[in-house]
Amino acid sequence: MTQDSGMLKHTLRRLLGLLPTLLMLITVTFFMMRMAPGGPFDSEKLLPAEIEANLNAKYHLDEPLLRQYFRYMGQIAVLDFGPSFQYKDWSVNELIAQSYPVSLTVGGLAMLLAFVLGTTLGIAAALRQNTRVDYSLMGIAMLGISVPNFVIAPILILLLAVYAGWLPAGGWDWGIASMVLPVVTLALPVTAYIARLTRGSMIEVLHSNFIRTARAKGLPESVVIRRHALKPAILPVISFMGPATAGLISGSVVIERIFSLPGLGSYFVTGALNRDYTLVMGVVIFYGVLIILLNFLVDLIYAWLNPKIRYDEKY
Amino acid sequence: MALLELKDLNVAFEIPDGEVHAVTKLSFSIDAGDALAIVGESGSGKTQTMMAVMNLLAENGSASGKALFKGEDLMQMNAADLNKRRGKEIAMIFQDPMTSLNPYLRIEQQMIEVVMHHQGLTRAEARAHAIEMLRAVRIPDPERRIRQYPHEYSGGMRQRVMVAMGLLCEPDLLIADEPTTALDVTVQAQISQLMTELRAKSNTAIILITHDLGVVAGLCDRVLVMYAGEAVECGTVEQIFYQPKHPYTKGLLKSVPRLDQPDDSGLEAIPGNPPNLLLLPEGCRFRERCPSAHDACRDTPPMQLDGQGHAWRCFLGPTDE
Repeated sequence: MTQDSGMLKHTLRRLLGLLPTLLMLITVTFFMMRMAPGGPFDSEKLLPAEIEANLNAKYHLDEPLLRQYFRYMGQIAVLDFGPSFQYKDWSVNELIAQSYPVSLTVGGLAMLLAFVLGTTLGIAAALRQNTRVDYSLMGIAMLGISVPNFVIAPILILLLAVYAGWLPAGGWDWGIASMVLPVVTLALPVTAYIARLTRGSMIEVLHSNFIRTARAKGLPESVVIRRHALKPAILPVISFMGPATAGLISGSVVIERIFSLPGLGSYFVTGALNRDYTLVMGVVIFYGVLIILLNFLVDLIYAWLNPKIRYDEKY
Repeated sequence: MALLELKDLNVAFEIPDGEVHAVTKLSFSIDAGDALAIVGESGSGKTQTMMAVMNLLAENGSASGKALFKGEDLMQMNAADLNKRRGKEIAMIFQDPMTSLNPYLRIEQQMIEVVMHHQGLTRAEARAHAIEMLRAVRIPDPERRIRQYPHEYSGGMRQRVMVAMGLLCEPDLLIADEPTTALDVTVQAQISQLMTELRAKSNTAIILITHDLGVVAGLCDRVLVMYAGEAVECGTVEQIFYQPKHPYTKGLLKSVPRLDQPDDSGLEAIPGNPPNLLLLPEGCRFRERCPSAHDACRDTPPMQLDGQGHAWRCFLGPTDE
């Protein structure tokens, strides 16, 4: 079997393997939402019993739970996430469609920034191992990992928006200025983690025998690092990018609230508080698919970078 | 002028417990086209000597003394000048072919980068040259094999790739650090055969680091015996094998298993262990294990010369048993 057709089969098999994961996620979320006390039509002012019964019948909430579950599964099989319970006249599809570009832009830019900056700083520290540069970079990184972003965000807002006045303190207008603070805040902990990861793996790689061979060939040190050390040093970072996505998404829920961004995160939070079942389900499925696909992509990139992973083997 | 001449080379490593003296005041030289074997047990400093010459010592290691290559001191050279020689005029083959090739790059990339960098060949020229070289070391189907990664090669084939890689630029000096140790016996024979042929063809001088005396006899003209970081004896293969002068060399030769002895004769071994390189004893370093040791050995023994290229570091004279 050639490597390419092996790769294709491997990809298809892995894609099919993702479906049970997704199914599990949807099922667990569905029943957890229903187990939470209260419902979408509970409010301070009690509704007349008839109206509530009517509403429940309209949204099929009066049916047995299992029946509702299968009804919902049938709906999402055709990608219809149903109407929102709270945002009248809006379907969940419309709410997601309108807000995901903001979340994806912030998340994607943060991911890109974290990867580029994290690996660069990590390599810089590794090449100056045990010097002042190394110690200060790793000290800052440790700080970045340990201080939560709901602490970093107000500090950055205070310094750069309130005192210096360089950037808006919140809001979103698709302008670069409005993106800087949310993206930087979101990227900071991931950048720090990647920097530490890269430093460690780069130092390890630089001590390996094949680097000695490359040096013995008389290649300049810059070529030795770029051509021989970079790929193996970056591999652990690549595998970290999957879990990092999940971290970025949960971080973005907080960040979007702090900077009042019109993204998915705020719908997720308000939806959960209002028992807006369909909206929460929609956002969870959207995030779930995103995380699963990105993890899958990471696996593919990893396999592509590491020739030792073969596709023609049985799993 | 010798091709490579070491003068009073010292190599030391800083470790938390102190300073390890891996090599002490080592001097020897090798002429163009010659083959020299450096033998000695593990930790005798043979590998670190050559690592110092190639400036490949670990970060905690330091070297002093002179390593004159074609009259220029490699120890004083800046990185750029050194890199003009490493891989081009001096090539090195490492002990462990499993880990010494980059597992993430195709053999092709690892080979062509040497010639592209040193000889300025184009990618296509370099590739053709590399395939030719793989054929010379008898890699079957080199056009296909060169596209593969190291893990797709067997151990013996990887070492042949290392040899081919070392010889790409037809270096003046090839340093082979236990090139056959990790391989099984038939492959060992193939690799030494290969190095003999290539040496005859391109007049490359070889420094062979080994503890396998069998390989030495087939491949080399001269032998340097090292013990605890010092040269203890140096001479031609005949002198070392048939008229060894230093008690350590004699012990080393006796410990080679022989087929012409009865099965129950047992294996001779040198009693004791080499000295701790952190706390080297005064005087002769082999004293504690030496069957001929006497009071005079508390002083440092002189290097004795017999005028015919045979030298040994011992108080015993040329005729003493």
